[in-house]
Amino acid sequence: MKPATRLRIVVLVAAVAAVELSCRSGVIGAFTMIAPSQMVVSLWELLASGRLHNDIARTLTAVCIAFGGAVTVGALSGAVIHALPRLRRTADPLLAAYYSVPVFVFYPMFIVMLGLNDRPKIMIGFLYAVAAMTINTLNGLDRVSPVLLKTARMFRMGWASTTLSVVLPSAAPYLFTGVKLAIAYSFIGVVGSEFILSTGGLGYQIGFAYHDFNNKTMYALILFILGVVLIVNMSLHAWEKVLMARRGLQ
Amino acid sequence: MSEAHVVLDGVTRVFARAAQEPLHALGPIDLTLKRGEFFAVVGPSGCGKSTLLDAIAGLSVVTDGVVRIDGQAVAGSVPPGVGVVFQDDASFPWLTVEDNIAFGLRRQGVDGAEVARRVADALSLMGLTDFARAYPAQLSGGMRQRVCIARTLVLQPRLILLDEPFGALDQQTRLLMGDELLNLWRKTGATILLITHALDEAAMLSDRVGVMSARPGRFLEIVETRWPRDRDSTIVSSPEFGAAASRLWTLLRAESLKAMQHQARAQTV
Ligand SMILES: Nc1ncnc2c1ncn2[C@@H]1O[C@H](COP(=O)(O)OP(=O)(O)O)[C@@H](O)[C@H]1O
Ligand SMILES: [Mg+2]
Repeated sequence: MKPATRLRIVVLVAAVAAVELSCRSGVIGAFTMIAPSQMVVSLWELLASGRLHNDIARTLTAVCIAFGGAVTVGALSGAVIHALPRLRRTADPLLAAYYSVPVFVFYPMFIVMLGLNDRPKIMIGFLYAVAAMTINTLNGLDRVSPVLLKTARMFRMGWASTTLSVVLPSAAPYLFTGVKLAIAYSFIGVVGSEFILSTGGLGYQIGFAYHDFNNKTMYALILFILGVVLIVNMSLHAWEKVLMARRGLQ
Repeated sequence: MSEAHVVLDGVTRVFARAAQEPLHALGPIDLTLKRGEFFAVVGPSGCGKSTLLDAIAGLSVVTDGVVRIDGQAVAGSVPPGVGVVFQDDASFPWLTVEDNIAFGLRRQGVDGAEVARRVADALSLMGLTDFARAYPAQLSGGMRQRVCIARTLVLQPRLILLDEPFGALDQQTRLLMGDELLNLWRKTGATILLITHALDEAAMLSDRVGVMSARPGRFLEIVETRWPRDRDSTIVSSPEFGAAASRLWTLLRAESLKAMQHQARAQTV
């Protein structure tokens, strides 16, 4: 294990232990926060009871749709914008300013337009994620080395095989960054929307438990979301390492 | 032996630039490469050598004039049988050394056993056998350049265009690689155009050396070396070699000074 990894684990364990001690000794009151060990127990009970399977499935489905749409649309629009320099000059400042738009303000509008169902929150998740994918696709295409494109022409490769065998592998690290961000933003958009107004899902249940002074459920669900995001991130990280090893990078 | 392979007729390249006057990089150039000859190009940096190579390979559309290979005009696409080694590192970072070298062969649909045989030959020729499974990121710049040379040479092109291919190599390796190139040239009978900034390399390897002027690049003079076909790097100790190299330097000295002054002026504005 690398020293940095070891240090990270030590810090994490120490922080959790400190919270555990503070809760157990009463420094943090039971109405504020329950002890981490109790969160785990509570989450276990929740999962075992099956009460939340529906909400979990609903949120994860919404995240998957938002993410899948954002990656597809983002990659395609990135490719189109890259291919058309005039569109590019118009689009660049808009893309740069995109993150200053609080997408959530459109949520009520989407509810009016799409109804109070899962579509508005998918829309918010999609909108948060699609710009990240577009920007990183553009970035990746910009970095395809001109000499590799010349090499493709030297090998007398057509448009399709150049794209497949030269452009895509060149842009892959940037596309990967786009995918990572798109997952994170889809989660934020969907769960955030569920908090604001929805008929179900994990964010909705956390909000419900909060208003119900049900700390046990609220913290169990927060832990659950953190766990899911952690697992997704670690899988992506592991995959990225595999991809880097396939280029002789460590 | 004196049949024309590549003919350049008034080839000129002018780059259009945004908010600046157009840049006349090259020409007009008239040149004939005979089939099977080894032709070297030397010239001050920025004089248009790489631009010339792009034009011959069909990688660019010339502003004026025409390039003919085997009598066919080229423009905008690389004709079959032409292999290029670029000045910049063009190895594919996502492929191992052997997959890089096999890339063009596989594209041509050469069968697996034949690919393996030719890649193994190329690896040993370039001294890369121990690095067959390594990735470009794990190699030095000079080794990556050798990967690119191998990747082009395994295709057995009839016309080989090399743009400062030994630039990243040390002097000893450079001489040995020169010998390998001569061997391959004799064996295959290919026509070779070698761009180099090393005058000794040009004088030692080639039948003729084209000396280019500062930008816009034109041929000031074409120096004939008259080496026998079965030459190798040992000719560097002959008096004729010294005479050829010094002739090149005499021609280039004034042009290199001009190019340096160009650059100095460009930096002060
Ligand atoms: N795409 C381009 N646009 C504008 N100027 C260019 C372009 N490519 C090359 N040049 C210019 O043309 C001149 C010749 O370049 P090049 O052929 O690369 O020189 P060399 O290979 O002899 O060093 C240089 O001044 C270079 O800056
Ligand atoms: Mg050059």
